[in-house]
Amino acid sequence: MSLKSLTKDWEPMSYGFLDASAKCEIRRKTLKAIAVPGCQIPYASREVPMARGWGTGGLQISCTLINPRTTVKVIDQGADDSVNAASIRRFLSRVSGAPTTTDTLKADLIQSRHRIPEEKLREDQVLVLQVPNPEPLRPVQPNMSIARQMHADADYGRMWLQLYEQIVRSGRVMQGASYPSLVHGRFVMTPSPIPRWDVPKMHMAKHLTILSAGREKRLHAVPPYTRVEPLVFDDVPYQVEEHGQLTCTRSGAKGYFMNEIPQNDGTSTYEVSDSELGIKTIQKADGDTVELGDTWYQDGEMTQ
Amino acid sequence: MTVLDVRGLSKGFIMHHLRTRMGAFEDISFQLNAGEFLLLKGKNGAGKSTLLRTLYRSYLSQGGEILFHSDHGVIDLAKAADVDVSFLRRTEIGFVTQFLTARPRVTAQDLVAEPLRLAGQPAEEALRTARHWLNAFGVKEELWAAYPTTFSGGEQQKVNLARALILPQRLLLLDEPTASLDVIARAALVERLAELKAQGTAMIGVFHHPGDVAALIDREIDLTPDTAPEEDRDDVAV
Amino acid sequence: MMDPPQIVKTRPLLLARGVSKSFGAVKALRDVSATVYPGEVLGIVGESGSGKSTFLRCLNLEETPDEGSYTLDLPDVQGNLFDLDRYARRMLCATRIGIVYQNPHLGLLMKHSSSGNVAERLLVAGERRFHVLREKARGALDASEFPLERMDAPPIELSGGMQQRVQLAKAIALEPALLLLDEPTTGLDVSVQALVLDTLKKLQQERKITMVIVSHDLGVIRTLSDRVMVMKSGQVVEEGLADQVFQDPQHAYTQQLVHAKL
Repeated sequence: MSLKSLTKDWEPMSYGFLDASAKCEIRRKTLKAIAVPGCQIPYASREVPMARGWGTGGLQISCTLINPRTTVKVIDQGADDSVNAASIRRFLSRVSGAPTTTDTLKADLIQSRHRIPEEKLREDQVLVLQVPNPEPLRPVQPNMSIARQMHADADYGRMWLQLYEQIVRSGRVMQGASYPSLVHGRFVMTPSPIPRWDVPKMHMAKHLTILSAGREKRLHAVPPYTRVEPLVFDDVPYQVEEHGQLTCTRSGAKGYFMNEIPQNDGTSTYEVSDSELGIKTIQKADGDTVELGDTWYQDGEMTQ
Repeated sequence: MTVLDVRGLSKGFIMHHLRTRMGAFEDISFQLNAGEFLLLKGKNGAGKSTLLRTLYRSYLSQGGEILFHSDHGVIDLAKAADVDVSFLRRTEIGFVTQFLTARPRVTAQDLVAEPLRLAGQPAEEALRTARHWLNAFGVKEELWAAYPTTFSGGEQQKVNLARALILPQRLLLLDEPTASLDVIARAALVERLAELKAQGTAMIGVFHHPGDVAALIDREIDLTPDTAPEEDRDDVAV
Repeated sequence: MMDPPQIVKTRPLLLARGVSKSFGAVKALRDVSATVYPGEVLGIVGESGSGKSTFLRCLNLEETPDEGSYTLDLPDVQGNLFDLDRYARRMLCATRIGIVYQNPHLGLLMKHSSSGNVAERLLVAGERRFHVLREKARGALDASEFPLERMDAPPIELSGGMQQRVQLAKAIALEPALLLLDEPTTGLDVSVQALVLDTLKKLQQERKITMVIVSHDLGVIRTLSDRVMVMKSGQVVEEGLADQVFQDPQHAYTQQLVHAKL
């Protein structure tokens, strides 16, 4: 028996890029985050070949969860084909050999920036969201030590006060993206800068969502079938963006979250933000056989 | 029926900055029955007002007992707990001076009606009685709904009397209430005191001109002038 | 020296016993005790450094003394409050104890709206209806005689007297069992001071709120208090009915204070 037979061959890098101990740590911290829904868990946050702030948090989670049988989808603000999404997708595939897809229904692991796909996710799927700032209390409490204490005490009066102030000053809640939401009735989290449109999708969702901030070195999670309730006053209902009646000029898809495209004449046209949904809609109209999954919104209204 | 039983009451002031003790009165004893009117006599500085204030517990006595027969039993006012004294001042012991403690933005009639309302009378009824007494003491009707803070001294005094005498009490301490009062008000005051006396209120009074209330006086106590004269103390004005 | 109460059978709302606190070598409080009955106003006078504000901070559970006990006779509040953990303290202070600080910066969010400052207390207590928040904030501001047309202006744009009114509205918004006032009028113009005192007096009479008020200003204490406690070097030197302490002060220090008054 030689030493060589007991050890692995030298490789230029670890499987999935991160070394085993880093992945081990992230797995441990992710389990903790799942056990305490909405609670921010600190982790080491290793270097990855990408600048902080470009999705390093999400990338580390993906690298940890990935294996050769995982089909990966990466989107950036709804689009599979943006530079950042394409680069991350290629990187993940290169370091793990995992197959990639753009079809939400076929993906096992979806890494996303600022959107949740329109098609409903299933219990066997995992959504990884890139988070720039995981601390919902930051706008009201710049001192992070005190903010942690406030989380511990469920002291969210200031959070509510912020909403009160917005209504008093502007007549409505101005918070667009990152709408603070109460997870499992205990922790207020920021759902990453997804639009208000996407927040209700997290409520009692079948899939697991992991939200990871690489620069801030924190992750939190929304386990399947967990309550996610945006902070709203009882008599001022939660409102999503008024996109329910808009139609995509390219695909004809209607009742989904849209990207606004300003025109030279001052008007705007709209394109469906979930690019893959747009492509599928076009293919279907062309008579191709494509599988369109159930969507969270139907005719512009949230179902559930 | 005894209302007040004062036994061996002494009062002096220790003035720390002068390192002296100044006696006001020593070893005073007397009893007062319901419906009795006691006049305190004595030269200026004999300790008449001091005695009244000691009985009211604005001054602390140095010795002796002030046994007050309240609705709740006999209690020594010299040693009673502050809360008990506060309570008795609200319910059973009145102190009438010539000065009104006006309260900002409380109308004259509300101020007068307050003791009745605190005693549980309906607001409307209390207000009616208050107006009656304001009228009796000669306060002009235009002033009833005004704030007494800005009244002249004489008008304030009338409001004060109306308020102090509106509710029959067990013991009334009168500290020169007639001073500088006009004729109408003085007559109303004497009439009201007589009425209260008939209802059983015991009274102890200090008057510059006892002639005003001569008809009411049952007994007199002369606070002996052989005690050292009291220093005039500006800082203790009520 | 005085007998225990014989007539008044109500239990005291506030009972503090033997409160002592040192900051390093400085003994800020030495064996301070206080009793306050429901509806009563206790005034604490003393010069700067007499420990009166430290004592008030202890009553607001911001400070934990080295020794002593503190109880409030409220239905769901038990035991020595100094033994409560941070969370329980916070909830107790947020819902049952109101405080007005001398410095509005301590009590208010200067850049939020005034009504929001009041609403925050209701939000902490769990109120989640916007219109109720508005109404209650408006009501509390009105009770503290704040001009309602300015209810959404941030305190930073308001005068000192108005800021104190916002603090007061915030303190009474939840109808606290105990209202603590730490030099509420110090630093204000005399005329403004009088107006704030008016408001306090009015609240005291209309709502019968139990108060503990700390001030070095005898006039303030005299106007508002039923009973007075005089403190010097962390100790209580004299205590009694307000008129008695002011008219017939017993302790040398109190006499000096009373004589020094303008």
